[in-house]
Amino acid sequence: MAGKLKAAFHWLASCGGCEVAVLDIDEMILKVVELMDIEFWPVALDGKYSDVESWPDNYLDLAFINGGVRTTEQEEHARLFRAKSKVVIAFGACAADGGIPGLANATHREEIFQTVYHDTASTANPEGIRPQAATDLDGVTYTLPTLHDQVRALDQVIQVDYYLPGCPPPVPLIANAVKAIAEGKLPPAPAVLAPEHSLCDECSRTHSRDTRRVERFVRPHLERPADPKQCLLEQGIICMGPVTRGGCETQCINVNMGCRGCGGPTPEVTDQGLKFASTLGTLLKGDTEEAAEAAVDSIADPLGTLYRYSLPHSLLRKVSEEVP
Amino acid sequence: MKKIIGFCCNWCSYAGSDLAGSLHFEYPANVRIIRVMCTGRIDPLFIVDALKKGADGVFVSGCHPGDCHYDDGNYVMQRRFKLLERMLEQFGIDTRRVMLMWVSASEAKRFAEKVSAFTQLLETLDDKVGRPAEVEDPPLMAAIPAGGD
Repeated sequence: MAGKLKAAFHWLASCGGCEVAVLDIDEMILKVVELMDIEFWPVALDGKYSDVESWPDNYLDLAFINGGVRTTEQEEHARLFRAKSKVVIAFGACAADGGIPGLANATHREEIFQTVYHDTASTANPEGIRPQAATDLDGVTYTLPTLHDQVRALDQVIQVDYYLPGCPPPVPLIANAVKAIAEGKLPPAPAVLAPEHSLCDECSRTHSRDTRRVERFVRPHLERPADPKQCLLEQGIICMGPVTRGGCETQCINVNMGCRGCGGPTPEVTDQGLKFASTLGTLLKGDTEEAAEAAVDSIADPLGTLYRYSLPHSLLRKVSEEVP
Repeated sequence: MKKIIGFCCNWCSYAGSDLAGSLHFEYPANVRIIRVMCTGRIDPLFIVDALKKGADGVFVSGCHPGDCHYDDGNYVMQRRFKLLERMLEQFGIDTRRVMLMWVSASEAKRFAEKVSAFTQLLETLDDKVGRPAEVEDPPLMAAIPAGGD
């Protein structure tokens, strides 16, 4: 059919869950195939990077890229697909905000190598061998991609036109995006292809609107089962709903799990983790310094919990970068 | 000269700093004060944003416990501040760059002293605000000593 779109799916630092999410749209995948020729999709189709390199610039109409940028190879691929595609869609939380691999930004490459190749109890590495970027063997130099010091979200490496957040992107959002592409109704770029309201807006749990009422946060499955009707935060269970973009139909909250924040920040929130720290300060009880300390102590690993999917985009990272 | 941003609440600390001026108590000129209605209005985001935009240190000053004009705004700030301190520590940013203090409207001397001490402390810290161990991105595996076969 004339005017069929050319698309590619590619993965960078990701787990492959986003690729499965593409298939989770069930029979709608037929519509995707009707709408576009999938020219390149490493997880499902045979193809070579040299094919991609041989295309002229802007050959593709759409490139769906999932995963953040951890290695030099991924950076190269991200730049390659940017050159070859008219539109780049950051597909999933890792591409949009850095995601779970982005938690590695709490440390550095050197510390990671030290732990993995030297310090862990199960490591036996008396010669101190570490992965090498290049090795000479019988006169031939073999090379491998290397790790960057920090993980980056896709838009910290290339220009991104659209974002489809979520870990993985929820089916209704993918379906909406496919529909928008089919009808030529994509919003002006850059845009997030998800609703602008917070998750609390979609949540059906009851809440009292009382603040300063949570003494400490608990791990629901260790201490007590969560009430399925009442707001999780009010029960002392961490739920990132207030600072997280909706669109997922509260899938986690429906099964008594607090929101982990994979939908990324709402448009008004510039930094998901710090904004949620602000929320927690309001929700918690404890007026004396000791009580405040104890209340905050009940949150294990605040950095990892509050920035579970968005550490590469955090302002904390930007403090460490050069200030003009 | 080190730049210091201070968030002062309208009812106690801003009045306290004003009084310090009226009484000619000296405190370092490094400080830029931002008046807010209550420390409870301050988001940890403001503090980190100030650091990101080039402040060497940020302090938040509010009413003494029990004296908040809005009942408990300073308690809210105290909890946020504890949480922020932990996050900065985990990320490797020196928590001495941020300070929370209580100064009443009559404590001009305390304000001048606290701010002077904070400035002196910041003078002893590195110029780079972020975490010290940051490896710049371009030198990649070359930085890692060769080993193995």
